[in-house]
Amino acid sequence: MRTAAFALLALPLLLTACGDSEAPPVANLDFQKQLQTQLIKAKPGEVIEIPAGTWQLDRSLSLKVSGVTLKGAGMDKTILNFKGQKSGAEGLLVDASDFTIEDLAMEDTKGDALKVVGGRNIIIRRVRTEWTNGPATENGAYGIYPVQTENVLVDGVVAIGASDAGIYVGQSRNVVVRNSRAERNVAGIEIENTIGADVYDNVATGNTGGILVFNMPNLPQPGHSTRVYRNRVEGNNHKNFGHKGTPVASIPAGSGVVINSNDKVEIFDNDIGEHRTANVIVSSYFSTGYTDLSTEADFDPYPEAIHIHGNRFGPGGDSPDNLELKALKLAKFGLNGRLPDILWDGYVNPDKLVDGRLPAELAICIDNGEAGIVNVDGPGGYKNISTDMTPHRCELPRLPAVELQAALAEAGEDA
Amino acid sequence: MRAGWLLLATLFLGACEQQRAPLYLPSGEDYPDKLSTWGVLQQRGGQLQPAAGVLPYDLNTPLFTDYAHKLRTVWMPEGRSAQYAEAQFDYPVGTLLSKTFYYPRDAQGRLLRSEQHGVEALRLDRVRLLETRILLRQEQGWVALPYVWDEAQRDATLDWAGASFDLQLQDATGEVLAVDYQVPDANQCAGCHEQQAGKGVQPLGPKARHLNRDYVYADGAVNQLQRWQAEGLLQGVPADLAGVPRNALWGAPREGESLEHQARSYLDANCSHCHNPEGPGRTSGLYLDPATPLGIAYGLCKQPVAAGKGSGDRLVDIHPGAPEKSVLSFRLHSTDPSIMMPELGRSTSHREGLEVIDRWIASLDGEC
Repeated sequence: MRTAAFALLALPLLLTACGDSEAPPVANLDFQKQLQTQLIKAKPGEVIEIPAGTWQLDRSLSLKVSGVTLKGAGMDKTILNFKGQKSGAEGLLVDASDFTIEDLAMEDTKGDALKVVGGRNIIIRRVRTEWTNGPATENGAYGIYPVQTENVLVDGVVAIGASDAGIYVGQSRNVVVRNSRAERNVAGIEIENTIGADVYDNVATGNTGGILVFNMPNLPQPGHSTRVYRNRVEGNNHKNFGHKGTPVASIPAGSGVVINSNDKVEIFDNDIGEHRTANVIVSSYFSTGYTDLSTEADFDPYPEAIHIHGNRFGPGGDSPDNLELKALKLAKFGLNGRLPDILWDGYVNPDKLVDGRLPAELAICIDNGEAGIVNVDGPGGYKNISTDMTPHRCELPRLPAVELQAALAEAGEDA
Repeated sequence: MRAGWLLLATLFLGACEQQRAPLYLPSGEDYPDKLSTWGVLQQRGGQLQPAAGVLPYDLNTPLFTDYAHKLRTVWMPEGRSAQYAEAQFDYPVGTLLSKTFYYPRDAQGRLLRSEQHGVEALRLDRVRLLETRILLRQEQGWVALPYVWDEAQRDATLDWAGASFDLQLQDATGEVLAVDYQVPDANQCAGCHEQQAGKGVQPLGPKARHLNRDYVYADGAVNQLQRWQAEGLLQGVPADLAGVPRNALWGAPREGESLEHQARSYLDANCSHCHNPEGPGRTSGLYLDPATPLGIAYGLCKQPVAAGKGSGDRLVDIHPGAPEKSVLSFRLHSTDPSIMMPELGRSTSHREGLEVIDRWIASLDGEC
């Protein structure tokens, strides 16, 4: 079923948009009401089309019906703008399965732009989320935000200006993020507490950190098995404009790919460069400033089975955004020197050491030409720095590709 | 004005005389467009009150919604009753719960900011009615229906997409509080009342721990659970009420109701419908339901997960001894839609509620 909506409402564009810091724009209340009513009354299988135009909204939209497609005329043509939003913590909140959203933009939401909670078979493609004022601490936290979802395809999206992560996949299973662009967010793309994610053919640039693979404590599901490949991760040196207390607050400006507390992560065939702190950072929860009073006993804070191979590294590590690291760089590598491409905070699980070393299947294994690693000795207070590659000359089994459910994969092919 | 009252009187006269039972709608989607059609509330003698056979009720500690007062009612079809269970009653098909949101107004017509007190009938010239939410138990489950009152206060109309009102409230000192009152749309209703999509809407207020209190009925004060049982609305209430959970009585804690119990009752009523292991707030790992002990999962020294600017640059949800270092307090204070908790249902902050929460956090010992 197809509903061609808003034919009559599509005409008036807002004239007030030019006065930028003036009073908030007037909302298209009729449009808003009609669209929200359609979302409430939608039936499975329905395609709701939103025509081209800039639509001004002042409260959240939400969808709770499964099997619905929300479709615009293009990410630069159909624009839902939430500047001056009065209520709701996001632009669109979806609590439904078999959901597709495509070809539209959500701009200037107060909180998150698109949040999808708890559904299966989610396709988000050619959607743009943006804070049009550029990077700012008062921007909403997340652009594209599926959480506790399963079978998720994020394809060809653009995420700009989020005060946390542009594309943030949390506590999910079976996820593909591809062909997307994340720019000028604190974190470009973040995969958190997720089991089975493929992140490829994306561009992350101008963020504080490009691509993050994190595990947070005290959540129902620890994540593992993420592949990050064929991405261009470049020049993510933006000053961190996130909020203390959030996971991204600990990201130093100038971070390419960051792994924190996650296991089984494979980083390969990427172009990663122009990062002042490091092209790749591998770290534990202990480096985020929290103690074990903040973690449930079963939390594993150690990054294990990390496989880095065949990437093309550009310059990096010349001016780290962290006092200890600055001092360390100066002392060990000199004023004009640089940190190696891969920076590791050096925390290992003492219970898992065999003869003082991590067994190969849990190690950080590097097979990346000339690229080196620096162990900055976080546990020892940054004293016994090491660039010894010996413990890292190992191989890990390649991770399997994420296989999206057939229907979803097929839908993806049309893109 | 007088003509209006006359019209009003005529409109409702018929209904009063007939005294028909409220609408029984066990199935189907033929929901009436007008609230009056349900026959749950009636206007009579310049008052809005529960119709015959419809029982008003009140909660121990209620949800804060911009200082709105609430008239709550329950009705069940003749001969049917709910089955008591500690966590959630099993209500019979046809049950109608109504909650009318209003503000008291003074003789000059100004809306007043005051804490809720239970009343059975509303003098229409001394209240501003905003919305009435109907929860209807049908064969396939509960349905949430938002009705918005018209300006003339004659009737309310079903509005799936919600509404908003710009209001000004005046307190006893003459201070004026601006309220951007939001009537939720049907999805937002479900946002609190449905734990997860497909699991169905559930009532939140009329549960044992919230209802377990006295109510002053026309014939005197009686515990509500016992009254419901006596009226045939509820079966299986434990003979000894001492075994029934009971939240603290808001604003006037009973003897023995500790500060912690008051705070947890408040967080229960205001947060736990989302923040529990099944609800929409589960993704944060923060559970503020009564079953969760005071530990990391209840926020103690817990780092926020995806709070974004909701963290307020604070490192943990509850920092013992320090409300000013606690995300929980920050988000309860805020009125920014992207920061504030609860996410819906208020545009102002609840001073009295915050006072209790902050005092409680300040009273906690420990470090993070």
